[in-house]
Amino acid sequence: MITLTHYLVLSAILFSIGLVGVMKRKNLLMLFFSTEILLNAVNIGFAAVSHYYNDLSGQMFAFFIIAVAASEIAVGLGLLVLWYKKTGSVDLDSLQTMKG
Amino acid sequence: MFEVIAFYTFSILTIIMFGIVVLSKNALYAMSALAGGMIFIAGFFFLLGAEFLGVVQIVVYSGAVMALYAFGMMFFDTTRDVKENIHYKKVLYSLFIASAILIVIIMSAPIYSANIEAFYPAVIDGVGNIQMVGLILFTKYLIPFELAAVMLLVSMISGILLVSKRMEMNLTEEDHYEEKGEII
Repeated sequence: MITLTHYLVLSAILFSIGLVGVMKRKNLLMLFFSTEILLNAVNIGFAAVSHYYNDLSGQMFAFFIIAVAASEIAVGLGLLVLWYKKTGSVDLDSLQTMKG
Repeated sequence: MFEVIAFYTFSILTIIMFGIVVLSKNALYAMSALAGGMIFIAGFFFLLGAEFLGVVQIVVYSGAVMALYAFGMMFFDTTRDVKENIHYKKVLYSLFIASAILIVIIMSAPIYSANIEAFYPAVIDGVGNIQMVGLILFTKYLIPFELAAVMLLVSMISGILLVSKRMEMNLTEEDHYEEKGEII
């Protein structure tokens, strides 16, 4: 029998995979992929809690997270394309203009 | 029994897919694996009885977001491998340790979750998931819903403005503009 703990542990494992990606990646596009993984891991946790406690609030929050993720991609990818046109690189180090 | 098999199959597949996303050197492979992982996550939502959330996951993530990424990738050079050089090993290691502590805290959270009680146990017999989602979304969560709509509108306008600024001078007509710095 699958319990709530199974889903929460799976959500934590996926979240940690996303965290490793956020720390390891230097390419900005890959960094966006890792943030998607983080948001999806949280969504699984919300849906599982909402199912096991018979409360739909968790699903509502998952919907709003999906809306936030969609708008984040629209704005972020627009900025990324603009930056690539300007500098010809999507590397995280190319954002570093100040010495320190 | 079916639920157990489905849960373990989907979780193994999702972890493998997201592992490929994080570790792969090729941006195209990472994007395809991410799309696959999103669809497997929709499988979890169907297992949990959240049909509407699963459909939204497939439509929005695997449809819209992945199409957006594929569109954005046309601007970047994706054929060569992603080169990543890490300068500061110390910072990386301390971040890994901090995140390990965070993971321990997250893993211990299910111990406390036994004491949670639902504030609004909102499931009526004979009303399906999608109908119930509609009922709650347009009563209790009406203001966040409208705010999300405004936010999506703002992000749509900003996305259009950012990418299509001076549309006649984009990368496809690069021959006229030798230096990339002058395009913007």
